[in-house]
This record gives sequence, C-alpha cells and structure tokens, in this order.
Amino acid sequence: MRPKLKFLSEDLIRQIVDESVGILCKLGVELNNVEVLSMLSDYGAEVDIPNNHVTLKEDIIQKALDTSPKSFKLYDVSGVETNDFSGYKVHFTPGSAALNILDYHDNRIRKPLTSDYIKYAKLVNGLDHIKSQSTAIIPADVHDKISDSYRLFLSLLYGDKPVITGTFTIEAFEVMKNMQITVRGTEAELKEKPLTVFSACPTSPLKWSDVTSQNVVDCARYSIPVEFISMPLSGFIAPVTLTGTLVQHTAETLSGIVISQLTNPGAPMLYGGSPAIFDVRYETTPMGAIETMMIDCAYNEIGKYLGLPTQAYIALSDAKQLDAQAGLETGIGATLAALSGINSISGPGMLDFESCFSLEKLALDNEICGMTLRMLEGITPKEDFPTLPRLEELLQEGHLLISDHSMKYLNEEQYFPKPIIDRANRPRWIDEGSLTLGERAHRQVKESLDQYSSNSLSDDVKKELVRLMEKEAKKYGMDALPARDV
Amino acid sequence: MELLEQISISLQKGDHQKVYDLTKEAINNNLPPKEILDDGLLVGMNVISEKFRMHEIFLPHVLLAAKAMYAGLDQLKPLFIEGEMPNRGKVVIGTVHGDLHDIGKNLVGIMLKGAGFEVIDLGKNVPAENFVETAISEEADVIGMSTLLTTTVPVMKNVIELLKSKQPNGKVKTIIGGAPITGEVAMEMGATTYGYDAANAVERVKQLVGDR
Ligand code: B12
Repeated sequence: MRPKLKFLSEDLIRQIVDESVGILCKLGVELNNVEVLSMLSDYGAEVDIPNNHVTLKEDIIQKALDTSPKSFKLYDVSGVETNDFSGYKVHFTPGSAALNILDYHDNRIRKPLTSDYIKYAKLVNGLDHIKSQSTAIIPADVHDKISDSYRLFLSLLYGDKPVITGTFTIEAFEVMKNMQITVRGTEAELKEKPLTVFSACPTSPLKWSDVTSQNVVDCARYSIPVEFISMPLSGFIAPVTLTGTLVQHTAETLSGIVISQLTNPGAPMLYGGSPAIFDVRYETTPMGAIETMMIDCAYNEIGKYLGLPTQAYIALSDAKQLDAQAGLETGIGATLAALSGINSISGPGMLDFESCFSLEKLALDNEICGMTLRMLEGITPKEDFPTLPRLEELLQEGHLLISDHSMKYLNEEQYFPKPIIDRANRPRWIDEGSLTLGERAHRQVKESLDQYSSNSLSDDVKKELVRLMEKEAKKYGMDALPARDV
Repeated sequence: MELLEQISISLQKGDHQKVYDLTKEAINNNLPPKEILDDGLLVGMNVISEKFRMHEIFLPHVLLAAKAMYAGLDQLKPLFIEGEMPNRGKVVIGTVHGDLHDIGKNLVGIMLKGAGFEVIDLGKNVPAENFVETAISEEADVIGMSTLLTTTVPVMKNVIELLKSKQPNGKVKTIIGGAPITGEVAMEMGATTYGYDAANAVERVKQLVGDR
C-alpha cells in the first residue's frame, strides 16, 4: 500500500474552491497585458482595459478546468520518458534560480559563474533520484538580458534530463523555444515530447504582470508545460490562517489555468506554488516552516481535486550552511511532499529562502530523495506467507544472509544511500578520516563529476544550440560567450 | 497620570482610538502642539523604535503604534504654522526598473513612515529618471532603491550616476536594499549605504539625515 497523507477533508476543499471562484467572479484579478485581457473578453469575461482588470465568470473557469490535462510527461534530451506527472507519482527536481552559490572551499556565498553551472548540470546528470534539471543558478558572467536563456542553453548542452525553467522577459521566450525545437527536431515533436516546464508567477494578491501572463500564453501556444507559482505570504499579503492562504492561492492559480486553457485548450500545466508564512520577527518567508509545508501539501490536494498534476517548492531549507537545520527542513519537506503525492517536488540543493544553492547539499538531498522514494514503496508482503519455513532456515543456518529469499529481495526492501549518509561504526568512521557531512558530500560531488562523460545530444545539435545562443548574446553586445572548458 | 504620558503609553499599546481621543483632549486643554508631539507621541514612538531595534517587539506592533501615532499627528498638523512642523526627512523609495518585487520595499516604506519620515513611494519597475527627478523636485533627503533580482542590481548604478550628474553636491543620499544587496555591492554601485531589513533601514536612514 502506498502511504498517503491528507490535511483537508473533501468538504473543506470544496468550500475553499467555491470561495476562490467567488473571489475571481467578484474581485477579479489585475492583469497588465492587453492581449490577454482582450482574449478573456472574447470568452465573455468582464474586462476593464484602462484599469488592467478582469472579472471572471464561473462558466469560464469551469470551461478551463474541463480542458485541463490530468497528466503529462517529460522526456530527456534524447526523447526518453523521465517524468510521469500523474496520480500520486512523485519526482524530485532541484530548487531554482538561486542568487548565490555556497562555495565549498571557503563556505562563503558568491555569484555563480558559467563554470559553476556546468558543474551543476554534470552533477545532476548523475543523481539517481533527481529526475529533471532545473535552472538552479544564474551565471553572472553573461549579460543579464540573456541570463535566462543562457541557463537553459548550458543545461541542454551538458545535461540529459528535462529542464524546469522560466524566462525573465517576454523576448527571451523565442530563443528558449527555438533551443527546444533544435533538440527535438520539429515543433510537433516538441509538442509530443515536452522537454521543459516554465514557471509562471502571478503576483499576490490577485495580479498578473505583463511578462508572466504573456509567458503563460506563449507556452500554451507551443504546448510547453507551465507551472503556476502563486506565492501568498500568510499574515502579510494573504490571510494569516492557512485556510485563508489556501483560498487566495487557489484563486490565483485558477486565474492562471484560465489564461492557459483559453489560449490553447489541453495545454499542459502543473498546479504549483511557492507560498510561505511570513515570519514577522525576521521579515522573511521561511520555506522550512512546518506551516509553509502544510500549505504546500494542502494546495496539492486541491490541485488533485481539480484534476491537475501538482508541483511545490518544498524539500529545501532556510539554513545558511549545510548544517542540521538544512537536513531536517529538507528531510521533513521531502517526506511530507512525497506522502502527499506532489508530482514535481522542487527544492533539493537549495538554502536560504530559495536564494542560495549548494552542490554539496544537492548531493546530500539526493539521498533524502532516495530514502523518501523508498518509503513510498510502502510495506508489501514478498513471499512472506508463510514465514515459517524462513524461520526454520534461520534456526538451522544461524543467519539469513545468503538465503534465496534475502538475495532476491535485499535490494528491493532496503535502499542503500551513498556514503554521504554515515552508517559506519565509530572506529571505521575514524579510520576513514572522521569525515564531516560536508566533506563526505563534497567527495560525492567530486566523484559524480569525475564520472560524467557527456550528454547524448549529437555534435550537430550542440553546434546549433551554440549558434542560437551566440546570436542571442550578440543582440546584447556580447561577442563571445564565456569559456566552457572546466 | 499626566495626559502626555498617557498618550505615549496608549501609542505604545497601539490603541489608535485612545491616542486620537487623548490628543484631542490635549488640544482642547490648550497644550502647545509641539509639546504634544515631542513629549507625547514621539516619546512613545521612540520607545517602540528602540524595542523593535532590539528585537523585543515585531512588525505588527510597530505598525499598530505607527497607526496610533498618525491618529494623533494628523490632528496636530493643521495647528503648526507652515514650515514649523518638525520634519524628520523625506525619502523617495521604489523598486528599480525591470524588477517587480515590491514586498520588501513596501515594508521598508511602511516602517520609514512609521518612524516619522515623509515617504514618496514611486512603486515598482521605476525608471532611473523618476527617482532622480522626484528626489530633486521634492527636495528629498534620501533615495531608497530596492531590487531582488541579480539582473537588475546594476540598474541601481544608473540611478546613482544620474543623480550625481544632475546634482553633483551630494545633497541627496542613497540607500539600497534587497536580497542580492550586501555592503560590498553597495560600494560597487556607489550607494551611500545599504540596509538589510526594515528596522535596519530605519536606523540607517536616520543616520543619513542626521538627528533633527
Ligand atoms: C515573493 C517573490 C516573488 C513575487 C513578488 C511579489 C511582489 N509583489 O513583490 C512574484 C511571484 C511576483 C515574483 C516574481 C518573480 N521572481 Co521572485 N521571489 C519572491 C520571493 C519568494 C520572496 C521575496 C519577498 O517578498 N521576500 C519578503 C521581503 C519582506 O523580503 P525582501 O524582499 O528581501 O526585503 C527585505 C530586505 O531585502 C530589505 N529590503 C528590500 N528592499 C529594500 C530597499 C531598501 C532601500 C532597504 C534599505 C532595504 C530593503 O528589507 C526588506 C524587509 O525586511 C524571493 C525569494 C527570496 N529569498 O527573496 C523570490 C526571488 C527573488 N524571485 C526570483 C525570480 C527568478 C522571479 C521571477 C523572475 C520568476 C519568473 N520567472 O517569473 C519573477 C520576476 C519578475 C520581475 N521582473 O520582477 C528569484 C531571483 C533570482 C535571481 N537570481 O535574481 C528569487 C530569489 C527566488 C528564486 N530562487 O527563484 N517573485
């Protein structure tokens, strides 16, 4: 039996959804994009263009929900299926878009560079339990107008796994789409086998910027999946109660679903978010707070109720270093998220309120993910009835270390984490250098990087990707891209 | 208890109705407006600021107290002769061009207002010229800029340079803040200073304008 966790009764879910639909039909949303406003108006929404405002109607919302796909899949650069976003299936992906990287060597933060990104992409390629890349850091050694497309470019050049990403501007969409078409061959094949998910953030409360609403439209047109990232902050720019926050999150996310589905019915979407409580003592948005995690798991239940696959920023920490807090917040988050069946769990590798990325933490978190995924397998009998003969064997042999039953099921029943997780006895631990968690994680990072060979794209495709990127960089006065020989 | 002390205490409790009533009473008793302000409202607000700075109380308490302060202050304002109203300083604040993150900036604005500064909030995605023109035409003391994106950090430099070219005497000081901003970044951008949260911002802005 797959273990499951629920925070909301179906009655409460219905109440939350009804309330949020009511809000969309009464208060509506601010939408700073004339093209999107006029589209909504064509479908009968009440639009006030001078005031950038739209009030929705129940039937429009229902129509959008009716065409929302219940599931979709992602495929790696060579077209192999990696992520099935359906039902209670869960997949982990690194946290995204950190401002800083935590440098192992001096334990200080700094701006990430191209070389960091390449290491990151290579590392992700080798991590078993991380099913997609995310554009986790923003290299600071390119023009900021290409910082979004450049991350995707490096991910496609060095990694195999699909990419969770997003644009910072309307203009960047074009080249980011073209890179994907280059990898797949044709627009139709890209549609058939999605390679990326684009994050699209409404602004709490109840607002869509020009850029993000346009991104939703552009993605929908090419059937590029989007994840809606609504971020109500409980007690600050959302009600202080978790239920009230859920109502606001539902309303904001539903408005995104409407924009996407009216543009292109059936366009793939993840019902996502990055809500948080607001800690009035520190003026921060703690991702590791238990209440934040409860909101995540609960809106995922609402997404499932509405029939959509889900996503959340959870399984990450607000700690500044790879310390006990980093482990506990990530571990609790991963466990709760997996039990709740959040389909795309964004978080591993991330520290400091989504603002700092650590390769060492990512390697550690990969183990947390491994354990969590094992937990989801649950407890199922495997030739356990009768157990009597096994005990007879045990009494006779004195152990079951090499019994047929053990040999058959050992690897299924037990997950063996990499030696980042310390399971040695003390003398052996001392013998092997008394390594701290950070040292073990760093060793793992180095090993994974050593094992990397190359990704599976052909040289021709890579050349075309480079050409596209260089052309884009030239637009902003960059005659050459940073060196990539790390 | 003396009336002014009662005003200070009610303000600290965040009881805006009581501060309103007591201020009215003080005005009716012909107490000089400057005394009501200095020995009543500001005494209370200074206690609150200090407790906030020491992390003894948190944002909501300060906001309640600030609301209470304005319940009194708004009645006093018309009683001051033009130019006589003590003024802590004027701050033009906004999120720089290209960035739509305004939560932190808003918080800083609210707290500056609470601390008695006049705040002109230009909103988000603010072009450099707006910052500079407003600061000059409004005779502001400080420009406060916020950004949360790596990509828009350099935009702050544009504002600071434009300011320098339009007003080389350095009369208008600059303070910057937001997740990517550190002391080092502030130096690089040429800002006068930086702040890392709302309490810190208030403290730094106070330093910038000097005690008045
Ligand atoms: C909420 C949020 C949003 C909301 C913003 C809503 C709003 N009205 O502001 C929305 C959803 C709209 C959003 C959008 C985007 N976001 Co955002 N967002 C955040 C998040 C989670 C929290 C920010 C926040 O409000 N914090 C709470 C406030 C109180 O804290 P604060 O802003 O830091 O402010 C405090 C201090 O910094 C200081 N301060 C701030 N300003 C000033 C000014 C002065 C003068 C002083 C003295 C002090 C000061 O005092 C404040 C009070 O304590 C951050 C994560 C993070 N760790 O910061 C990401 C984050 C900033 N966002 C990020 C990104 C990538 C985006 C998008 C580009 C995503 C996308 N693809 O669409 C868009 C940007 C659109 C644009 N052009 O601006 C990245 C930035 C990455 C980078 N390297 O630049 C972050 C770090 C998250 C991440 N890892 O992905 N975001």
